[in-house]
Amino acid sequence: MNPTTQPVTGGLADEAARLADQAHALAAHAASLAAAPAASFTYAGIPFIYLFAIFVMACFVGYYVVWNVTPALHSPLMAVTNAISSVIVVGAMLATGLALSRWSRGFGFVAVMLASVNIFGGFLVTHRMLSMFRRKQ
Amino acid sequence: MLSPELTAFFYLVAAVLFVLALRGLSSPVTSRQGNRLGMIGMLVAVLATLIGQDMWASGYGLIILGIIIGGSIGVFIAMRIQMTALPQLVAAFHSLVGLAAVFVAAAALNAPEAFDIGTPGNIYAESLIEMSIGLAIGAITFSGSVIAFSKLQGIMKGAPITFPMQHPINLALGVLAIILIAVFVVTGSQAVFWLLAFLSFGLGFLIIIPIGGADMPVVISMLNSYSGWAACGIGFTIQNLGLIITGALVGASGAILSYVMCKGMNRSILNVLLGGFGSEGAVAGPAGAGAADRTVKSGNAEDAAFILKNATKVIVVPGYGMAVAQAQHALREMADVLKREGVDVKYAIHPVAGRMPGHMNVLLAEANVPYDEVFELEQINNEFATAQVAYVIGANDVTNPAAKTDRTSPIYGMPILEVEKAGTVLFVKRSMASGYAGVENELFFRPNTMMLFGDAKKMTEEIVQALGR
Repeated sequence: MNPTTQPVTGGLADEAARLADQAHALAAHAASLAAAPAASFTYAGIPFIYLFAIFVMACFVGYYVVWNVTPALHSPLMAVTNAISSVIVVGAMLATGLALSRWSRGFGFVAVMLASVNIFGGFLVTHRMLSMFRRKQ
Repeated sequence: MLSPELTAFFYLVAAVLFVLALRGLSSPVTSRQGNRLGMIGMLVAVLATLIGQDMWASGYGLIILGIIIGGSIGVFIAMRIQMTALPQLVAAFHSLVGLAAVFVAAAALNAPEAFDIGTPGNIYAESLIEMSIGLAIGAITFSGSVIAFSKLQGIMKGAPITFPMQHPINLALGVLAIILIAVFVVTGSQAVFWLLAFLSFGLGFLIIIPIGGADMPVVISMLNSYSGWAACGIGFTIQNLGLIITGALVGASGAILSYVMCKGMNRSILNVLLGGFGSEGAVAGPAGAGAADRTVKSGNAEDAAFILKNATKVIVVPGYGMAVAQAQHALREMADVLKREGVDVKYAIHPVAGRMPGHMNVLLAEANVPYDEVFELEQINNEFATAQVAYVIGANDVTNPAAKTDRTSPIYGMPILEVEKAGTVLFVKRSMASGYAGVENELFFRPNTMMLFGDAKKMTEEIVQALGR
């Protein structure tokens, strides 16, 4: 063995280890950089402006669709909008099924019940109304 | 468990199905299919939520229990309700949406982790803003709808309740609510949350009490709209696509109906909301001085039957009085007899007839009146001139020609059904009392008007008998 090579290889090993450490640190830094905007950006979820855009578009859809409803069916319209606005049951179910707090699960449960009254009652009463509208025989 | 993208996709499917449900209502032919699509949409949303998340086992149990209890109550009510009681039913349903929104907001405050909006006591400010708005609108919807329900059901008197400084007080409370929202967003405090809830309950109550019974079509439409915005607020809070879209649809729908109703009375929404309408009329208009010296022609069922039988075209104008007397079935029998005699019978509906939008159409449909014999104001107003008889049953203000001529009248500018152009106006009415607006109907004193004093149902039944003879 050449005595001079050992320090070189040792130096290389040291160098490699140092580089690996550096890479690791860089990776961690990059990961924290990638994570940072998500954390400071209100939620992990969807930016407000996207939800708001959907909301505004939905208002327009609602506007045009509802103007097309014949006035004779304004009562069923109210009953059915009532039923579909009870899709709030989704929030109530998430609270009941996912919440860690007992209070929240209780609130969720009550909300599931209230919304269910509306869902079943609303669609059924709409159905009853609509089944009465008949043409001349 | 589904990926968040897939769950969101199913919410989108549900929202599209809801849009189609409303689209179906553009014609009675497609409406039933539309309602089915709405039900499927709801099923999709519910299943996506249940399958999309890994919930507590006990959570699934509670959810199913809640759906069974609430669902059976809903089915029971919907099967039993009489069609004349629809307005109060809808008001009651609105109140439930409002209350559900309050509870979901409360749940989100206590368990933000379930909705990915932070940790307890450390919720994102943006979510707190959305939560408090959802809460406030939900609470107002709840208490306002309870008052509307009580007025429609007759638990509370329909007359407007007014007191001095009413509007400044409401305004002050509204400002206070906004301050509380700001405090809540900064502190995220439970106490402020519930303070805001109770303030909003009070506000909803105070907003609706000054509004009179016959303005209920506007009130119900408005609360319909509120329930949608409340759902939207919650949708933003929990970042749920389906809830945001659906809430916007419902909000828009209610707003449009409110607009249609206000236009039908030629009043601004502000005028309706400030309330007190018709209250002074009850004092000022005990049939007026004019009744004493002007002649009113009144007749009985026999006279009416004779006139109706000799007509070739009869237009029926139903109003809230028909609903109260449950006269729709007798009315349809009368129309059947007349049609057999070769008389052309049509129905004319004023936009604000009844206590909710489209109320009269449902009642006539219930009595098996075909919908193609029922016409809206613009469609039929020209036809009164060619009709021999206008049969006004339970309507009053919506036929008052003073709306066209008398600038001082509270109903000036309101579109009316021009029944006075018909050969003879048969007015079924209990007494000479003035209508909701508190104005006397000059039509009563016209030579071509015949008053038929009595209960709407009884009078119509007597006419049917007289026609048979």
